[in-house]
Amino acid sequence: MGLKILTEHINVPGIETLEVYRKQGGYRSVEKALKTMTPDEVVEEVKTSGLRGRGGAGFPTGMKWSFLAKPEGIPRYLVCNADESEPGTFKDRWFMEHNPHALIEGMITSSYALGANTSYIYIRGELMFVLRILEKAIAEAYAAGLLGKNILGSGYSLDLHVAPGGGAYICGEETALLESLEGKRGNPRNKPPFPAVKGLFQSPTVVNNVETICAVPWIVNNTGAEYAKIGIGRSTGTKLISASGNINNPGVFEIELGVPVEEFIYSDQYCGGIWKGKQLKAVVPGGSSVPILPANLILKTAAGEDRLMTYESLADGGFVTGSMMGSGAFIVFDEDQCIVRNTWNYARFYHHESCGQCSPCREGTGWMEKVLHRIEYGHGHQQDIDLLVSVAKQIEGNTICPLGDAAAWPVAAAIRHFRDEFEWHIKHPKEATLPGAVYRGQLAEIVA
Amino acid sequence: MAKVTIDGIEIEVEDGTTILQAARKIGGKVVPPAMCYYGPLKGSGGKCRVCLVKVTQGSAKDTRPMPKLVASCITQVQDGMVVENTTNEEVLNARKGIVEMLLINHPLDCPICDQAGECNLQDLSYEHGVSATRYEEERRTFNKVDLGPYIQLHMTRCILCYRCVYTADQLTPERVHGVLGRGDAAEIGTYIENIVDNEFSGNVIDVCPVGALTDKTWRFKNRVWFTKPLDAHRDCPTCSGKVTLWTRGDAVLRVTARKDQYNEVEEFICNTCRFDKKEVSDWTIEGPRHIDRHSVISANHYELPVINVPIVPNLPVSTKKSLPQE
Repeated sequence: MGLKILTEHINVPGIETLEVYRKQGGYRSVEKALKTMTPDEVVEEVKTSGLRGRGGAGFPTGMKWSFLAKPEGIPRYLVCNADESEPGTFKDRWFMEHNPHALIEGMITSSYALGANTSYIYIRGELMFVLRILEKAIAEAYAAGLLGKNILGSGYSLDLHVAPGGGAYICGEETALLESLEGKRGNPRNKPPFPAVKGLFQSPTVVNNVETICAVPWIVNNTGAEYAKIGIGRSTGTKLISASGNINNPGVFEIELGVPVEEFIYSDQYCGGIWKGKQLKAVVPGGSSVPILPANLILKTAAGEDRLMTYESLADGGFVTGSMMGSGAFIVFDEDQCIVRNTWNYARFYHHESCGQCSPCREGTGWMEKVLHRIEYGHGHQQDIDLLVSVAKQIEGNTICPLGDAAAWPVAAAIRHFRDEFEWHIKHPKEATLPGAVYRGQLAEIVA
Repeated sequence: MAKVTIDGIEIEVEDGTTILQAARKIGGKVVPPAMCYYGPLKGSGGKCRVCLVKVTQGSAKDTRPMPKLVASCITQVQDGMVVENTTNEEVLNARKGIVEMLLINHPLDCPICDQAGECNLQDLSYEHGVSATRYEEERRTFNKVDLGPYIQLHMTRCILCYRCVYTADQLTPERVHGVLGRGDAAEIGTYIENIVDNEFSGNVIDVCPVGALTDKTWRFKNRVWFTKPLDAHRDCPTCSGKVTLWTRGDAVLRVTARKDQYNEVEEFICNTCRFDKKEVSDWTIEGPRHIDRHSVISANHYELPVINVPIVPNLPVSTKKSLPQE
């Protein structure tokens, strides 16, 4: 079994209550940080740890914290991004549901490091049951003097609020999240200024993912240097992976970064192999927004080495031979899955969720979805494939926020790696639209 | 001050200037187009993406290029920055793509659209677009909406630049319209049918880059290039009273705020000036409005001074010169 940092006590009965959580050593980091460390020392520990943002972008957390502007007389904010809503991603929801105090502890320690006296957990509106779990846990923390004024007699005060969003995927983008939190339409802001300079209510703000914040207590308790020893290279620590698709053991797994992908897929400790003993066809390793990889490329890098569950190894060679760690949503497709249908399904999601603020994303996502729909339902033309590539190219990199990229990459990657499957759909419209019809030509090549 | 080079032309501008504004100081072809950016409106820009440019050198200190194309209207210059606009193929391709996107749902009803001749999208597609579309799907359509006695909304033509929303936000005390819905289902609307009724509401017509918000007192009265624009003013208690009258003969067909060469108003005007003062006698005429030769509005408008050739007495006897023989 690998080292567990976040999920060590997840199966302890009653861990969602303050009493049990404290018995398991909970809130030690709050006592240590507030009573024995300066905020800058906490930031330094996080920097030393090499912890990278677990929301998808993978930006070094300590560096992000050190960018925070500290003007006199202006409040600072920490906002936890719990608006998890990308298809395939469910690790944060699961974690908050089972261990809410771990997030609250992380919020207190992180807020102290950043000098924030008011912090927010922005949670997706659909997750009302998790919101109630969090609110109950926050009430317990207030009653125990872990939140509110003069926490544990340290002189540091923090108010923590949970804010439910309206349920728009775009509100997971940090600036759209801040707009939504301010009560406005969830449109991404132009950057610069970055939230670290002008964020929530025009004040310096750090926005971090749930998992990122939850890793901070362990770093404070055990030092950043110890955390940096876990993992490989710049991919330090552990990572929650939400594995789904055609595998025997779907669920959330905590892995030490650096586990080989093959081991992750086939080991009983993790995914347990492909469902019903079928062949692996493809994997989306980091959530629906990252490029899909066929079986041969997900197991081996371009250089022929074992691909590892690290930020670097998954991105090997760029999108031609690699993909991204993203949010760690590992979606597995077996030989019976239709890539065209799946790509259309993703495109449908991004079309629906585009905020409509900037032209390429607003119009391009809908265009791609309609063309894919046509191909899937047997009305595509040969030139549609190049059209899709071209439209994806027109969106990629030209939008205000990364949603445009998130919509374009899956389409471009699916065509890059499974072009003949698209062509087969177009050439055989009657066969391709039958229920369960799957093109197996490329799969045969991969297996061979 | 910061030195910035745009398409090989160097200019020194104040710190905090955007790339677009720096380009406008140079003028001419190096100026990126802009559909959503509007100088007098705070917070506008960054949405339409037609002003994307390539920054091939970030600054003198950090000479690395910026990884993606950047929106020139919201990106501030750095000392030593090098920008490529018309000289960069990536930029021109991206712009062509964005024009195609903007035209996906925009009807090509220029022959009957009141904005024809004054339409930024028309100019943009002429300069950067292609003649054919690759879009085969069904286009979205809307019914026309009356936003009160003066303004009609053709949502079909809207490109969601947000300019009218910013105008209403920044100029009027009560904003009743905004963007509803999201993605390509987003639309300008008042949610529950409402009229846009305040003393500065007419400015949303002026800022609209396409023919989505039109002046009901002017609609179908004339084509803009048949009218004669005159600068005029009146003593108005509400606004500056400085306007452009669009006349044909003695009739004032339309009143608008005065716009610069980038179609941005110099000063916003009130509804009384815009809609209620349609007599020449209401105004003090200052003279003809200069219209850029680039614009179709300038067709048939001769502004060059007439040269009166002086009649010189006792002209010398002209000499006859034969053409050279081959």
